[in-house]
Amino acid sequence: MSTTVVEAAELEKSYLVDKSTVASWLLTTDHKRIAILYLGSITFFFFIGGIAAAAVRLNLLVPEGLIPSAETYNRLFTTHGVIMVWFFLVPAVPVSLGNFVVPLMLGARDLAFPKLNLISWYLFIIGGIIELYALFIGGVDTGWTFYPPMSTSFNQSHVVLAVIGVFVSGFSSIATGLNFIVTIHRLRAPGMTWYKMPIFLWSLYSTSVILVLATPVLAITLLLLGFERIFRIGVFDPAIGGDPILFQHMFWFYSHPAVYIMILPGFGVISEIIPVFCRRRLFGYKFVAWCSVSIAVISFFVWGHHMFVSGQSLYASVVFSLLSYAVAVPSAIKVFNWIGTMHKGFIRFDAPMLYALGFVGLFTIGGLTGLFVAALAADVHLTQTYFVVAHFHYVMVGGMVTAFFGGLHYWWPKITGRMYPEMWGRAAALIIFIGFNVTFAPQFLLGYLGMPRRYHSYPPDFQVLNVLSSAGATILAAGYLLPLGYLTWSLFRGERAPANPWGATGLEWQTPSPPPAKNFATTPVVTEPPYTFPPPELVQNRV
Amino acid sequence: MRLWLPAASSMSHEVDYLLIALTLIAGAVLALVFGLMLLFVFKYRAGSKVDRGALAKKTWRLESAWTAATLLVFFALFIWGANLYLRLSQPPADALTVYIVAKQWMWKAEHVGGQREINAVHVPVGRPVQLVMTSEDVIHDFAVPAFRVKHDVLPGRYDVLWFRADRPGTYDLFCTRFCGTDHAHMTGKIVVMEGPQYQQWLEQNGTSGTLVADGKVLFMRYGCNGCHGGHGTVRAPSLNGVYGSPVPLSDGTTVIADDRYLRDSILMPRSQVVASFAPVMPSFAGQISEEDLIKLIAYIKSLAPENHS
Ligand code: HEC
Ligand SMILES: [Cu+2]
Ligand SMILES: [Cu+2]
Repeated sequence: MSTTVVEAAELEKSYLVDKSTVASWLLTTDHKRIAILYLGSITFFFFIGGIAAAAVRLNLLVPEGLIPSAETYNRLFTTHGVIMVWFFLVPAVPVSLGNFVVPLMLGARDLAFPKLNLISWYLFIIGGIIELYALFIGGVDTGWTFYPPMSTSFNQSHVVLAVIGVFVSGFSSIATGLNFIVTIHRLRAPGMTWYKMPIFLWSLYSTSVILVLATPVLAITLLLLGFERIFRIGVFDPAIGGDPILFQHMFWFYSHPAVYIMILPGFGVISEIIPVFCRRRLFGYKFVAWCSVSIAVISFFVWGHHMFVSGQSLYASVVFSLLSYAVAVPSAIKVFNWIGTMHKGFIRFDAPMLYALGFVGLFTIGGLTGLFVAALAADVHLTQTYFVVAHFHYVMVGGMVTAFFGGLHYWWPKITGRMYPEMWGRAAALIIFIGFNVTFAPQFLLGYLGMPRRYHSYPPDFQVLNVLSSAGATILAAGYLLPLGYLTWSLFRGERAPANPWGATGLEWQTPSPPPAKNFATTPVVTEPPYTFPPPELVQNRV
Repeated sequence: MRLWLPAASSMSHEVDYLLIALTLIAGAVLALVFGLMLLFVFKYRAGSKVDRGALAKKTWRLESAWTAATLLVFFALFIWGANLYLRLSQPPADALTVYIVAKQWMWKAEHVGGQREINAVHVPVGRPVQLVMTSEDVIHDFAVPAFRVKHDVLPGRYDVLWFRADRPGTYDLFCTRFCGTDHAHMTGKIVVMEGPQYQQWLEQNGTSGTLVADGKVLFMRYGCNGCHGGHGTVRAPSLNGVYGSPVPLSDGTTVIADDRYLRDSILMPRSQVVASFAPVMPSFAGQISEEDLIKLIAYIKSLAPENHS
């Protein structure tokens, strides 16, 4: 790639003020602006999903259920699941933080396909509007898993619309994944070899591979579901010649890898934050990089662990259990490497680092409880109870959402050109950590005691733990509302951010905050491996 | 508030041991992770003057060490869980059969003696019980936390779950597969009784006919005996002693005739044709209700082998 010099006048203007008409935002192909569009959209969906969650926790305060109608309750938890999974967790980090920093980290001017990037946002919004419309006219009560024959033959709610919403937004995932893969292959700055890429890029690369390979399977599954429901073509309902287990295989063939779509970018964010605030090179860089790739590969072969009691063959279950343990190994290795990075570091406690520490703790709990449900006989007792609910919230919320907040604080100065108020940032990180644990830790116990998930009412024996969990949810909600407040405030009042407030090493920090529309005045040239913090002569660990 | 769960079946202690082992391992790892994190965070905080010395030269040794350790522990857990699961999934031959039919939103149980109950299952203590379960509509799931057992109940097929209750008492039965509006009300009780009380219960709830007697009537009414009675013009296999014995099929394979096989033979006769017979048996899918099906199968199961050997 040749070095291009952008005119000085053009350089001074940041991407934020480059042009300021509404159209210049809605028709932009600048990855940074698209990232902002996405950030706004996923924040909106996060709060919709959050309101549904709050209603669910409110209902469970009393054994008979505070919400009078079970049907309403069922619609609420379905809304929570559908919105959070497909309109927040799956896209969140890649489309917002990823979109913003991938080209910057690579030293590129934009993604490989800027127009495709914009189209992907529109697809996401169209899918989202369809989904919201489905909810608005009455919602869905199948659970986010849409299991037939209930969803196809025994349900009066707006299943087809909801499925179309997810279907459409899936194409936005595919577009984003494709864009990242091509960008990482083709647009790396001169000198940036694969092993000189920050781990965030390795993670997003692995994520993108899953997005591109798994999402089409979801699309087909949902399409067949729609056909069965509308035209009564027997695919899944045994009454018309279908097989309900087939649906479960197809659904989890997507939805298990989807778990890694959600968490891998989180791993990436954490692998950026920890070295910076420890002033240490990432421990075992190559291991961490290849762990992402191996997780992406193995994640395609473990879907059957969602089906240990569903009636699949015994031997299939045994194999899936073994492979599930296998996929846990690289995740465990990553945790050790993050801790190794802290060893002999110069650790600072800015908000991003607090989120990162919280992430390591919560994700470890989520991962360790995964060992329980991967052990076949233990899973028989624990599956479909609150134990599983707690387990995946530790991974998805304790892990992924915490990582998202960490990354948001970390790159906030770069994105907005303003610093967030540090004390508030730290307070929110702490409140979220506490609130999260109070909400979900009791659910492990509830699950062991046998409380089934998706219950509108429950035996009075379970009340104390449920009340505790709901109380925790209040703290958690406060923790999530805080950043909404102080980050918005900082947009207008925050201190102006320098180009590199954290003293980080990535290319994204070598351009002003906020970056100019064209990212770099001159195409940067990479000579050092990432995370070269101590002066090079002191660095002795070559991995 | 209750913070413990009764362990009332032969398997529940074994599952608990596995869970305890998992908890100990998870606790140890968690202590290690949090311990190291807190230690480093304190010792190597930016302001501290502690000597950092030279950094580790090679990381691959540490990496291989913890990878190997993780693999080893994981493999042991896998074996433990799988072994228990396989035992949990295979009912002993002498198990007492109870038929379960689930529908939105209730559990119907039918005992071999013809006793029927709703949202409750009475079983004797100390004897293996196998539930042969099916659903009339959506997928449900039969879960008894006190026994540590759980299995989905699907429409259109039989699924089997077994347990041996070891302590008399009444235990919660939950539907744990989301099945629609009243999913949370699809609950019931498993009543475990001492032998004599159980006999008494059976007698008090006995009806005019046992499943077998009712099944025999149905066998005539649906015209099965026209072919399988041995006098008809159509050549059909004798059903005497077929249950539990190996059946050679026309595609060269052999299957053991269990409940699921008998069910499929009646509803989908073409899917598994007995070797050396013409596939002339009509399908009865959609014509026989789940409950009649249970009776027919109970009757077929009762037919002793012909030569009384
Ligand atoms: C038209 C004659 C006919 C009628 C009526 C009929 N069957 Fe059959 N059945 C057959 C034939 C022929 C076979 C062997 C070929 C096959 O497996 O389809 C068979 C096979 C079976 C088998 C498998 C036997 C084995 O040895 O594995 C069962 C069980 C069975 N029938 C039960 C029934 C029941 C119950 C009914 C009544 C609801 C019934 N059949 C009605 C002709 C009939
Ligand atoms: Cu049910
Ligand atoms: Cu249910």
